[in-house]
Amino acid sequence: MNSSVKRFEVFRMFFAIVIALLISFGIIFLVSEQPLTAIYTLITGPFKSKRNFANVIEAMIPLIFTGTGVCIMFSANQINLAGEGAFHLGGLVAAVVALQFGLPAGVSPVVAILLSGLAGAVFTAIPAILKIKTNASVLVSSLMLNYIALWFAMFVLMHFICDPSIGSASYLIPEASTLPTLIDRTRIHPGLFVALAAAILGYIFLFKSRIGYELRLTGQNEGFARYSGVSIVKVVLISQLLGGFIAGVGGGVELLSPIYTRFSWTSLLGYGWDAIIICTLAKNNPLYTPLAALFLAYLRTGASIMARYTDVTLEIVQITQGIIILLVVAEQFLSGYKHKMIAKEAMASLKEEEVQ
Amino acid sequence: MAKETVLEMQHIMKIYSNGVVANEDVSLELKKGEIHALLGENGAGKSTLMKVLFGIESPDQGKILLNGKETTIRSPQDAIAKGIGMVHQHFMLLPSLTVAENIILGVEPRKSKLFIDMKQAIRSAKEIADKYNFDIDVTAKVEEIPVGIKQKVEILKALYRGADILILDEPTAVLTPQETEELFVQLEKLRDNGHTVIFISHKLDEIKRICDRATIMRNGKSMGTYSVNEISTNDMSKLMVGREVVLSFEKQAPTLQGVMLEVKHLNAYNTQGVQKIRDLSFEVQGGEILGIAGVEGNGQTELVDAITGLSRKYSGEILLKGTDIRRESIKAIREQKLAHIPEDRMASGCAAHLNIQENMFANQYTDARYSGKFMLRSRAIQSRCDELIREYLVKCKSQKQEVGMLSGGNIQKVIVAREFSTGPDVIIANQPTRGIDVGATEFIRRKLLEFRDAGCAVILVSADLNEIFSLSDRLAVMYKGNFSGIFTDVAHVTEEELGQYMLGLKNDFANGGVSHE
Repeated sequence: MNSSVKRFEVFRMFFAIVIALLISFGIIFLVSEQPLTAIYTLITGPFKSKRNFANVIEAMIPLIFTGTGVCIMFSANQINLAGEGAFHLGGLVAAVVALQFGLPAGVSPVVAILLSGLAGAVFTAIPAILKIKTNASVLVSSLMLNYIALWFAMFVLMHFICDPSIGSASYLIPEASTLPTLIDRTRIHPGLFVALAAAILGYIFLFKSRIGYELRLTGQNEGFARYSGVSIVKVVLISQLLGGFIAGVGGGVELLSPIYTRFSWTSLLGYGWDAIIICTLAKNNPLYTPLAALFLAYLRTGASIMARYTDVTLEIVQITQGIIILLVVAEQFLSGYKHKMIAKEAMASLKEEEVQ
Repeated sequence: MAKETVLEMQHIMKIYSNGVVANEDVSLELKKGEIHALLGENGAGKSTLMKVLFGIESPDQGKILLNGKETTIRSPQDAIAKGIGMVHQHFMLLPSLTVAENIILGVEPRKSKLFIDMKQAIRSAKEIADKYNFDIDVTAKVEEIPVGIKQKVEILKALYRGADILILDEPTAVLTPQETEELFVQLEKLRDNGHTVIFISHKLDEIKRICDRATIMRNGKSMGTYSVNEISTNDMSKLMVGREVVLSFEKQAPTLQGVMLEVKHLNAYNTQGVQKIRDLSFEVQGGEILGIAGVEGNGQTELVDAITGLSRKYSGEILLKGTDIRRESIKAIREQKLAHIPEDRMASGCAAHLNIQENMFANQYTDARYSGKFMLRSRAIQSRCDELIREYLVKCKSQKQEVGMLSGGNIQKVIVAREFSTGPDVIIANQPTRGIDVGATEFIRRKLLEFRDAGCAVILVSADLNEIFSLSDRLAVMYKGNFSGIFTDVAHVTEEELGQYMLGLKNDFANGGVSHE
């Protein structure tokens, strides 16, 4: 029965995506003078050129990082948004290390990225500690802390690393610290491999390791975990530290990538929020985050190309995303169908028993 | 008396979304003016069948005929409109409103469409109460009236909405004997007025006393409908459980092996800080089963939580094999070979969405056999899990099946397998067989005896007196946070006597600091 339930979940996800796309197309038809061109561009745009497709890959990388980090936190039922702030601080720390430490090439990016992860971990540990010590809701505290992260980064940017000739960005990141481009005339960088490794290691951690098991046990039923002898405090801390570390690394990698030449993040970039979409699509399994990230990055790249060439704006993807999430998390969506399937199997097994 | 059929449920099949078959080809026929018993154990499918009838659940197969015409009941509102009323076991009343307000709620008489006509409401409530001879003050607030009257209000609510068929879900469970008698008189009156009453119960004497016919259910299936006059209680119980009711075991005299667990001057508090245990002291030896009986809420939960380390809200000492556990973690207590079958298996006994394997190792994944310092040894876990599934006869498709998809009895077997597989020295079994099928019940009871014979100290907390009587070597009754009686000669204790201790009418330790609020 389990395998068919799993198959059903995949089908449900697919169906949710199809419905969301159909609704989005419907909206395009309503608002656009050239709906067919718009939809065509949306779908085929990412394949139109090497650069366009590279855009998809580039956009995937930060999504995999935050997605994996949030998967780990969500698996322990630590539903919070601190991944956003962790990513942001990760970027800041990478910039500071690159600009201030003056480390040699090769060493600098590694140190910068590791410290980015550390910053992320420390940051996401704050809501966890608040939760343990004061029972403050991690959702609320993490949401608020994100603004502290944003304005703290702003403060550091303005007072320590600001390039006066630009005003709201840091000095140029020295070449010794940047990540190289892998393929000519694209901005694909080695961060891709780090991201894929994070997703795979995240999967092994959650599903094959002892602590990962404790995390999932707690996430599924805290009462049961406690009764079994799991230390909830330890689980909450480890899941937040690790999730934040991965998100922070993501921020560091992103900032040192060829996409940015300076630290210029004066608002939150939203990768922490996007991570929730990734997690929902990946069903909290880090192994599937690259696929989910690919889908989202593809959709967004397509939309931005569409926005460039037609009269439909980029925001249409927001609607698509919203509908997908709504349908995937709506437990009742297709539940009638699922029930029929389970009922049919149960009846079949009843008959089998009779025969025996 | 006219005996025309008012309602028929034919070949009802209901499968829940976790794959549990709750009703399998169940048929029920109701006649006008009868009290029809629906008899069966916990989990036999009685409630499911009634939920189908009342429109709470929709059946997967089968049909419902009302007065000979096929009909679908989509919702409780729909059921009420069709003249079916239900009185739930847990009352659905608003305590801060008056009896009259509760009765008219949802179908209020209006003044100029906008305002409730309270005078009319009180008048109609009185009328309906008088019509059926219910002696009730309709202006009293529901929070101020006793349980027996609340139930009458529930019945009136259904009658006010025009119910011809009245479903009563275990109506006597909350009533005193006097209130029960009064209820029966009223039900007979309803019957004579041409109403049909469905009386859900597993109390055979009550069914004998008041019902005309009885449909017996077991394991989701109907065992047939019988005229109550023509079937003995013995036969009824046999049909209900599938064999003789008393599960008696051949038990050798216990060989005591020294004190395993000692509780000294325990005072324990619940999560709200209310004292639930007062100065309780006792000890349990290896090789014996100490049964703890008592009405629920007399401190049993707090006692178990304290012993297992789940709660630290206590004073006094708990010594597990001689060491005080107050400062020990739950894990450390478990490592002292203490096993715990929890009271509520879904809340703390398992994780419904994890698979059997993941549930089976929650208490021993740190064991060197099953994990290294960091990684789990999945192969060892897998083969051990298969062994346990076989040994404990867990009915499942594979160990990767989600636990929530299993039946209650099989979930309980997974829990018992997990707890017993560590080779415990002390077992705390809290309601180990509540709401599960007879086969699993017998299996689990046998296992408890096996461990006792192997020298394990067992504390058995149970509301099932049968279970308490057939397993205990010593029997304690808990009343208001302390023992009101301890019996060493369990075979010579009668149920009546036990009942008196449970209700506090008798108390051998009345001076032991137990306060009577």
